[in-house]
Amino acid sequence: MNAIEITALTKKYKDLYAVNELNLAIESGELFSLLGVNGAGKTTTVKMLACLLSPTDGDALLLGNSIRTDANAVKALIGISPQETAVATGLTVRENLELMCGAHGFSREKTENKIRQLTEEFNLSQILSKKAGKLSGGWQRRLSIAMALIGEPKILFLDEPTLGLDVIARSELWDTIRALKGKITIILTTHYMEEAESLSDRIGIMKNGRMIALGTAQELKEKAGKEKFEDAFICLVKEAAV
Amino acid sequence: MRMLTFAKRTLKEILRDPLTLIFGLGFPGALILLLSAIQANIPVSLFEIDRLAPGMTVFGLSFMTLFSASLIARDRESAFLTRLYATPMKSADFILGYTLPLIPIAVAQSLFCFGIGLLLGMKPTVNILYALLFTIPSSLFFIGLGLLFGSVLNQKQAGGICGAVLTNLTAYLSGIWFDLKLVGGAFEAIANALPFYHAVQLEQAVIAGNFASIFPHILWVVGYGILALVLAVVVFLRQMKQG
Repeated sequence: MNAIEITALTKKYKDLYAVNELNLAIESGELFSLLGVNGAGKTTTVKMLACLLSPTDGDALLLGNSIRTDANAVKALIGISPQETAVATGLTVRENLELMCGAHGFSREKTENKIRQLTEEFNLSQILSKKAGKLSGGWQRRLSIAMALIGEPKILFLDEPTLGLDVIARSELWDTIRALKGKITIILTTHYMEEAESLSDRIGIMKNGRMIALGTAQELKEKAGKEKFEDAFICLVKEAAV
Repeated sequence: MRMLTFAKRTLKEILRDPLTLIFGLGFPGALILLLSAIQANIPVSLFEIDRLAPGMTVFGLSFMTLFSASLIARDRESAFLTRLYATPMKSADFILGYTLPLIPIAVAQSLFCFGIGLLLGMKPTVNILYALLFTIPSSLFFIGLGLLFGSVLNQKQAGGICGAVLTNLTAYLSGIWFDLKLVGGAFEAIANALPFYHAVQLEQAVIAGNFASIFPHILWVVGYGILALVLAVVVFLRQMKQG
């Protein structure tokens, strides 16, 4: 069963196509990575799928709900961890989690249960009473993903989740993402080739708003005739005539 | 429920920021003490405590714009709002959640200014309570401006425009520091066409128990308050739609 079905999705700003007639289907439980150089259209695609931006044309169905006509239903199904850490810096970790529970309209009891569950899953107990603004980048990212999972999403958008993190913090966050694989559908955008190759079931490469290549990391390497995934990415992007 | 959760968060973030204490209470309080000291040595009717304290409450309210705009601009820049836009929260939850918590902060700040005024010899009358009520329309004007500026400016710009430009405009165009008639001409005309002077006149009339004199000043303040809020809501919704 497909979690996401995208049909001719387009976003145009004056004469510039940020996303141009994107067609894509993503299966339930799949971890799908969107790769591309800056301005390729990855974040715009995620924003349209998360109902944060209206498409100029086309549509996408998230578990059967249209982003154009059923935005409220879509929002009840998704979680998003934006490119920036997107935490309330003046609140403690616990208060950030409580805030997200409130945003989803949880009861007091459900809020307590959810915080207990995420604290265990993300190993947050040692930082629960610390202000979010005082946490390291790695902990802020981890909190950001925990906050995105509060609404029990069926589809999770992770926009550049390891941007700016050191090797250890990135590796720890990869473990966190791997633990989520198969349980929910994950759409990951990243600039890190090894991240996409290591984590993804399938990878889509975008350039100038269009999808220029799609497949598993192995399939993309074979298509480009390269051994290393990074070389395959460079080759495919350079050769694409869009 | 969602709005209350968000409002609680707004309140916590603002009250935990040390700038709130420094600018919100410290600065207006220090100015009342300073100008009262000048008044003690060189008597100036403008700085008599019954006129100075209500004037300074209005000046203090201008910091509500700074607090509000800085928080909203930070939430936009850090993508915190983006995260919340993807939840079932509605636009009204955001707008009320940013606006309502600042009203008690504004009233508390005014109470603080009147408290200092009482210590410095202001008459303790029931009019002070009425004056606190009448700060609400002025508060809504400044809070509306905060929502407006926070929706279009980045954090640095919000700090500059709301923290420096607006507070100075409020100070100079309100007639707290000097009698506007002394300058006269275009300056006085501009001051009369803006709400700052009228907000001070309104507060001074209430403190003096001269309720007939609150007109037309209250109409100016309420009118500008509605205008600022309507404009702020339109601009906020627009930036929300743009993701």
